[in-house]
This record gives sequence, structure tokens and C-alpha cells, in this order.
Amino acid sequence: MRGALFLLPAALFVAVIVTFVIGLGHDPSQLPSTLIGKPLPAFALPPVRPGEAGLASRDLTGQPRLLNVFASWCVSCRIEHPVLLALKAQGVPIEGLDWKDEAAAAARYLADNGDPYAQVGNDRSGRTGIDLGVAGVPETFVVDGKGVVRYKVVGPISPDDWDRTLAPLMARLRAKT
Amino acid sequence: MSGRGVKRLALLALGALLLAGEARAVLPDEQLANPKLEARARAIGGELRCVVCQNQTIDDSDAGLARDLRIILRQRLVAGDSDKQAIAFIVRRYGTFVLLKPPFDWDTLVLWLGPLAILAGGGVGVAFYLLRRGEAARAAPPALSEAERVQLDGILGTDEPA
Repeated sequence: MRGALFLLPAALFVAVIVTFVIGLGHDPSQLPSTLIGKPLPAFALPPVRPGEAGLASRDLTGQPRLLNVFASWCVSCRIEHPVLLALKAQGVPIEGLDWKDEAAAAARYLADNGDPYAQVGNDRSGRTGIDLGVAGVPETFVVDGKGVVRYKVVGPISPDDWDRTLAPLMARLRAKT
Repeated sequence: MSGRGVKRLALLALGALLLAGEARAVLPDEQLANPKLEARARAIGGELRCVVCQNQTIDDSDAGLARDLRIILRQRLVAGDSDKQAIAFIVRRYGTFVLLKPPFDWDTLVLWLGPLAILAGGGVGVAFYLLRRGEAARAAPPALSEAERVQLDGILGTDEPA
């Protein structure tokens, strides 16, 4: 009993250190989305290329999809772009939300770098992004067949993110619909 | 310039600096004409965290998103939202993390009660220690054995003057 009491401060110290080490591993910019498990807020955005359909929240139903928030001015989006193109080639449906951006600039960006999106909506004011809780670009939502948000990735999707997290999740959601 | 002139200039600059107060990022074009609403918006804006530069309030931050949130906040107030409703509008989108004063909730229980628990634990420890020490002091020392008494007598005896 006495021995145990003497070890208590040491045990507490170890517990504090372990907590700090775990805390250091957390990226504070990775905020949990408040939308997980909830339907996408309603939106209807104009296209980036005149004459196209744009993007509305009701377009994101029927099958699980990725909703990728990007902008032509966003540097990390350019890093993520090849990953999105590869996913499109695999047949993954990706919708684009062009956040706080000029439609013409986004159209040019997609013409120069390739267009991984099925549909793209231009959120010039950024209000739709704010309704989605977007803090920066890129962010990617996984939306199931009923239009309910299941997951959010903050920052560029790496091939590793896709293989480990997103691909299994999408497969599970597809099996359910 | 004379030494005195420089001194006076320095004092003037210092005075101007003190008068300037804290710099806020709230730009004139965002501010509401109604001073009451603007004051409420400032009070709320000072309690909401900017999610881009996380250690600044939305009033302090120059980030584009912070500006958007300031404008949205003012629109909500003009539309007739109470302070609570306006804050809830932003919390619904960005979570309780944006509240610089965290709410008392299940997942913040440790944050709010942790220090109290540690204080209470320390208090219990100190109480136990003092109690035990008191007991030890009160307990009568054990009586000397026969051998010890003889030895003590011997020691004391030699010291006694003849």
C-alpha cells in the first residue's frame, strides 16, 4: 500500500506525458465537421463555365460521392488535383465546389489542369462553403446516396487517405444504397 | 533638432500610441450604422474564434473568412436574432470550438472540473498527512526495556558530578 502511494506521483507524471504526446500528434487545423450524420444544407450554385448546370445540393443523391471544395487560388488544391483526376479515372463520382473564386478563373484552372468533377458550382461569396463549415480549401466531404454527410477530409487528399479511409468508406456506403 | 525637441516628439509619439488602443480588424465598411447593434456585434465577435488563425477572435483576424463571419453575424443581428441565436448560427456550422469560452458540456467536463478535482485530491492527501502526523505525535513512546534502562542509567550516572 505504501509502495503504491510512493509510485502515484510517478504514475501521474507518466500519464501527463502520454496525454501531451498524444496532444502533440493532433493537428489543430483538423476540426471535426458538425455536419457528420446530417444532410447537406440546401444550396444551388451557378456553373463556372457558362451554359453548364452548376451544382445544387439535390444533385448529391442517388449514389455516394465526394464533394470537393477547391479554388483556383488555392495552392494545396494543385497538389491534390492529380489525385482527384486519378480517382475520376477509376470512376469515383466527384462534385466540385469552387469556393470564394471567380467563375472564369476556376474555368481556366480546370481547362489547364484537367477537370475531375462531374459538376461544378461556383460559390463566389463563400456563403455555401460557410454553411458547410468550410474553414479553408481544399476540403472534401463524403456524401452518401441519401445526401447525408458521412466524413470530411481537411486539406489535400493523399493517395494514402483514399486507400486507407475513403475507399473503404465509399465501398460501405455503395453497398448500402 | 534640439535635444529637447526630440524628447518632446518622442513623448508625443508615445501619447499617440497609448491613445490608439487595441487595433481591430473590423473595417469601416463592415460596421453597422446602428451603434447598439454594432456594440452587440463587437461583444459577440470578441468571443468567437477565427477558424483560420485559431488564436485570434474574428474581430482581431484579417483572414477573409473572419471578415465573412463578421458580416454574417451583423446580418443576423439586423435580421432580429438575439445574441444567442446569432452565436448558435455560427456554432451550427463550425462547432463549439469557435466559442473562446468553452461551454459546460459532457466533452468539456474534464476541462471545467479537472482543476477542482486535482485541488480536492490534493486537499484529501494533505488532510491524511496531517491526521497521521497528529496521531504519531499523540501516541505515547514505548516504555524502555530493562537492558535499555540499565544502559541509560550507566550513561547518566557517569555524567553526574561525584
